[in-house]
Amino acid sequence: MVVPQDIAENDELVYVDHAATTPMRSSAVEAMVPFLAHEYANPSGSHRFARRARQAIDEARDMVAEVIGCTPGEVVFTGSGTEGDNMAIRGVIERRGGRAVCSAAEHHAVLHCVEHEHGHVLPTDEWGRIDLDHLDALLAAAPDTGPDAINVVSAMAVNNETGSITDLEAVSKVVRRRAPHAVLHTDAVQAACWIDLRAVWPHVDALALSAHKFGGPKGVGVLAMRNGAPIAPLVLGGGQERDRRSGTHNVAGIVATAIAFVETDRERRAEHERVARLRERLIDGVSVVGDMYRTMPADRSVPGVAHLCFPGVENEALLYLLDEAGVCASAASACASGAMEPSHVLAAMGVDRSLAHGALRLSLGHTTTEHDVDRVVEAVVSAVRHLRERAANKKSGVRS
Amino acid sequence: MKVLVAMSGGVDSSVAAALLKEAGHQVVGVTLRLWGGESDSGCCSVSDVDDARRVAQQLGIDHLVFNFSDDFQRTVVDPYVNDHAVGITPNPCIECNRHLKFDRLFDRADVLGFDAVATGHHARIEHVGGAWRLLRGHDSAKDQSYVVHMLDQERLSRCLFPVGTMTKAEVRGHAERLGLRTAHKPDSQDVCFITSGGGGRSDFLRRRIPLHTADVVDESGRAIGQVDAVELVTLGQRRGVAGGGGTKRFVVDVDVPGRRVVVGPHEASLVDSEVGTAPVWSNGPFEGEVMVQCSAHGEPRRARLRRVEASGDDVTSDRVVIEWHEGQRRVSPGQSLVFYDPLGDWVIGGATTSSAPVVATTH
Repeated sequence: MVVPQDIAENDELVYVDHAATTPMRSSAVEAMVPFLAHEYANPSGSHRFARRARQAIDEARDMVAEVIGCTPGEVVFTGSGTEGDNMAIRGVIERRGGRAVCSAAEHHAVLHCVEHEHGHVLPTDEWGRIDLDHLDALLAAAPDTGPDAINVVSAMAVNNETGSITDLEAVSKVVRRRAPHAVLHTDAVQAACWIDLRAVWPHVDALALSAHKFGGPKGVGVLAMRNGAPIAPLVLGGGQERDRRSGTHNVAGIVATAIAFVETDRERRAEHERVARLRERLIDGVSVVGDMYRTMPADRSVPGVAHLCFPGVENEALLYLLDEAGVCASAASACASGAMEPSHVLAAMGVDRSLAHGALRLSLGHTTTEHDVDRVVEAVVSAVRHLRERAANKKSGVRS
Repeated sequence: MKVLVAMSGGVDSSVAAALLKEAGHQVVGVTLRLWGGESDSGCCSVSDVDDARRVAQQLGIDHLVFNFSDDFQRTVVDPYVNDHAVGITPNPCIECNRHLKFDRLFDRADVLGFDAVATGHHARIEHVGGAWRLLRGHDSAKDQSYVVHMLDQERLSRCLFPVGTMTKAEVRGHAERLGLRTAHKPDSQDVCFITSGGGGRSDFLRRRIPLHTADVVDESGRAIGQVDAVELVTLGQRRGVAGGGGTKRFVVDVDVPGRRVVVGPHEASLVDSEVGTAPVWSNGPFEGEVMVQCSAHGEPRRARLRRVEASGDDVTSDRVVIEWHEGQRRVSPGQSLVFYDPLGDWVIGGATTSSAPVVATTH
């Protein structure tokens, strides 16, 4: 078993993959420890020891609800963001039947559920947001009841690859007008660090989060589901989450999630400004390579994501060179084998496949510094120049 | 030396990586994701990638996965399917080596600053008299020089086959000595993108191209039966086409557009020569006495090799004529003909059998 202990080695790394996961906040790590050590009781027990664990969960639920703007009773703790998405979509289909709808640029946690349930996958606009005209037309044409009724619409708040922000109020207007019976779900996993969810929640019926994207631990998710929303549980058993989800509570994880979530919320405004500045510094710096395509304008994406395409560059090669230089970045999602898949998000946006092969996602977060950004700029510029030079040499038949 | 090792997840490439690491090279392992279709159980399945990664972890080397599935589709699968539709049966492993392992991967390795690419193929490379030679693997039963025959001097100079000098038993011995999890893994057999469980080649092709019934006729043109799919019939085949009668009959001609299969006795399929297209050379063009091998584990036969140069500058339309010393059964169009020196050990080059013989046969 490999236990990485060499902190010095980690210091050599520049981490710009915060959209994949962001480091845990130290306050969250500290909050977990008692529940991993001496406060080990099962919160569903009936003794005083169990009641302390139960109280920790109850308090965590209150804290999480406050940041979302929902009531504590609407918070369901899950095992991941993916589980929340599965529950919101498949739970509605199980309870109500009918069909689900999402756009082709959704995270696979949503997309594969909708496909699995034989739902509708709609095109996106040029920014990768669900196309509202298509949605309007589809909902208008669908019956209100029966197997072809559309009973759940899922629209991501922020795209995980490009950082593109969806106006959920606009989506909600269409859904409420055309299909008032439908559940509107949002995968808000990438939104938590950058968007005040209190402004999102009023427009949706279900909202999925993942703790490790905002400084909490891996293995904890949150599904906020509006009271009365017709969502059947996915995981059956002891009914620990008020019969909406079963399984012994991950007490340490849930407590740490609440701590990280509240801290993220408190720092959001300042971090938004700080990271937005860092991103512009990053993109300005990298742009000296010339012939670079910025996928999203600044005001259409969250500040944590710089999504860039370098024509004539293969991102597998680029990521290898960045890795060699100690820069942790990513491109599109990986399949089970670990191979990079061509981005379905860029395909949905109509970005040419050859350009998409040169896509790079640099994602910033709460630990990113100016120094990090400058090191990333240096590494990306050097790698892109190297790859383009070699490509040009190959064309002219020179081998070094 | 900085070496990129193509690791399939099998024992040969596992040992190749291990031996290079032991020899002190800076080694990085890579598994190619080639096929994301419905099979995903051949040489690039998820569990094989797991094996490759776990071996790399055990050896303490980095492991990467490159996704070359677009190129694989374009240069291996599409031609395989389209060729069958016109009665040509290519060897997809050779096309994968030609276009992916020894082209795309070499280019990638070059760009990333690697000095050499290694694989677990059973073949040897030696530097003799200022030139690189591709030789048969030491284990004649496992020899794979046939499927890597397309390597030219430039590629050979940057290519390593660490297990080519060993028997398979020795390779497994090394894997056991090192405690590699792949030590007892069976060899892969099938075409990686076609599962035997999924209906095999016939179902794979049937889902992609229309297959046609055809008449089976004897040499006099007399109809003696039918086959379901003329596209799946190969020269020399006996099963399913023999019809009645006492003599053994083989397929001696397949006319896909004409939907006709001709069967005849063994002698009827013998030819004096074969024509090869798109020749490749290990160290420049060659003419003279050679041994020619027509399938991965086929018996090499003596022949004289003659070049037919293309008119104009288009070297890709070069052809070669193989004049057999003794009449040989016709080789199915699309198969690779690999030329060895008269002792049969050293690869000189190769070509692809043409669909139409241009030289009249006398047998």
